[in-house]
Amino acid sequence: MNTLGTSENPLQVAVVGSGPSGFYAAEALIKSGRAVRVGMFERLASPFGLVRSGVAPDHPKLKQAILVYDKIARAPEFSFFGNINVGKDIMLGELHQNYHAVLFTCGAETDRRLGISGEDLRGSHTATELVGWYNGHPDYRDRVFDLSHEVAVIIGQGNVAADVCRILAKTADELKHTDISEHALDTLAESKVREIHAIGRRGPAQAKFTSRELREFGELGDCDPGVDALELTLNPESEAELADKNNVVSAKNVEIFRDFARRTPSKHRRCIFQFLRGPVRLEGTGRLERVVLERNRLQGAPFQQSARGTGEISTLECGILFRSIGYKGVAVSEAPFDERNGVMPNRAGRVLDSDGSVVPGLYCAGWIKRGPTGIIGTNRACSVETVGSLLADLDALATRDAKSGMAGVRALIEQRGLRAVNYDGWLKLDAAEVERGKLKGKPREKFTRLHEMLALLG
Amino acid sequence: MTTIVTENCLRCRFTDCVTVCPVNCFHGDDEMLYIDPEVCIDCSACVPECPVHAIHEGEDIPDNLKDWIQINAERAPNLPVIDGKQDPLPTAEARQAELGY
Repeated sequence: MNTLGTSENPLQVAVVGSGPSGFYAAEALIKSGRAVRVGMFERLASPFGLVRSGVAPDHPKLKQAILVYDKIARAPEFSFFGNINVGKDIMLGELHQNYHAVLFTCGAETDRRLGISGEDLRGSHTATELVGWYNGHPDYRDRVFDLSHEVAVIIGQGNVAADVCRILAKTADELKHTDISEHALDTLAESKVREIHAIGRRGPAQAKFTSRELREFGELGDCDPGVDALELTLNPESEAELADKNNVVSAKNVEIFRDFARRTPSKHRRCIFQFLRGPVRLEGTGRLERVVLERNRLQGAPFQQSARGTGEISTLECGILFRSIGYKGVAVSEAPFDERNGVMPNRAGRVLDSDGSVVPGLYCAGWIKRGPTGIIGTNRACSVETVGSLLADLDALATRDAKSGMAGVRALIEQRGLRAVNYDGWLKLDAAEVERGKLKGKPREKFTRLHEMLALLG
Repeated sequence: MTTIVTENCLRCRFTDCVTVCPVNCFHGDDEMLYIDPEVCIDCSACVPECPVHAIHEGEDIPDNLKDWIQINAERAPNLPVIDGKQDPLPTAEARQAELGY
């Protein structure tokens, strides 16, 4: 048998998931200098993960990352299997039979829970649901959000919370030329929301917004940012954090909050940032009517401060609430999973069994590897690390017979009568979405239902 | 909005930034790196990676560094893409200390 990774015996890798970490893993494999074949499996008919269905519609520039993924997808070593759910349509064991290695890049598909009473009241949602809904993700297409109450609350102060606040704060005119899905734009156009409260359990110096997205709240068409100046009084530990030369983002954020606090509101809507408060329960008869908040104080050394409840309670009447306190990974059947942290247990991307030993041929990258932190580009370094581990294992991955890769998987797909969408199929869907958008002055109008997509592909 | 590499990169060239660039928009000569503004998507991932705070973006570009906007735009497209970590320049450590980081 020829050496693995040569043209006679190419390294066959299955990548499960088609978001940024999947594409960066494919890129690293293709650029490795070895002969490789990459098969990418995606449970939706469309690729690109959270760049398509997470990045907010009013941030089109970030979506240009797709141009890079498109280039990777057109490489001769690459094949795409859309609408194929690994663990359901094709089992992990079957991927192992056809590929030398399986690399999971399936992200973190669910939200962390607050773990408080009333969390499941009607009107209490996850940020993921709203984000998926306005971005046309088929799983969230039919969610219903009641925006008839004037007050909306977002629990959390990170990038996703900022997106949710901003989409609720913008007017239909500000959104109508983005790729926001039509059903969402129609609902948002009728929104009665006038007050948006973004609530963080720690202080303004610990808010996780990037300065760029925080500034956007000062530039909205019909919404003023609001901060109570009293809330910007910092404890000495937070002052020390801001004085650190390596903590420029937080220092800038506090400066921006100070600017917000000085403004006199004149617009129809307000987005109010509140700090050092945590929800203790949600209340209402049959549906959400108010959130009960506890005042927090910070405890600990600079950069290690955590929020502790003080027992001081307040209530905030509201009609809708979104929790945005972090994502969590979901287990893939047959693969080891760490329930507590919502990740696959791993060492530098090599998946580990419950006894800590390496599972041969199984790897992970992106959020399912390190948890839901970082932004698009963070995943590139993460995937490069995992591919480094995989290539270092090449001798161990070599098998007596060559692996059949794409051909083997195609046979399974045919046997089972599955409807896989290949990359050419996606390009057809992509062109059709762009065409649909043109009529409305939008960059695209996404298909939000699988049957529409499959019908178009004939 | 523009994101640029500025003079602190000179004599350092740590290249930590390129490992998190989602669009491979960093280019380099022997002295430092530059960002191609036509390719950069302003995601800010690189900004906190630089050990000597050489990368600035948008409204946060100090006035005395604004010349670097044009320098990045002119030089980047004519230089090779740097898309993986490389060894810093031999002078990097001394330069980092000199800059106070």
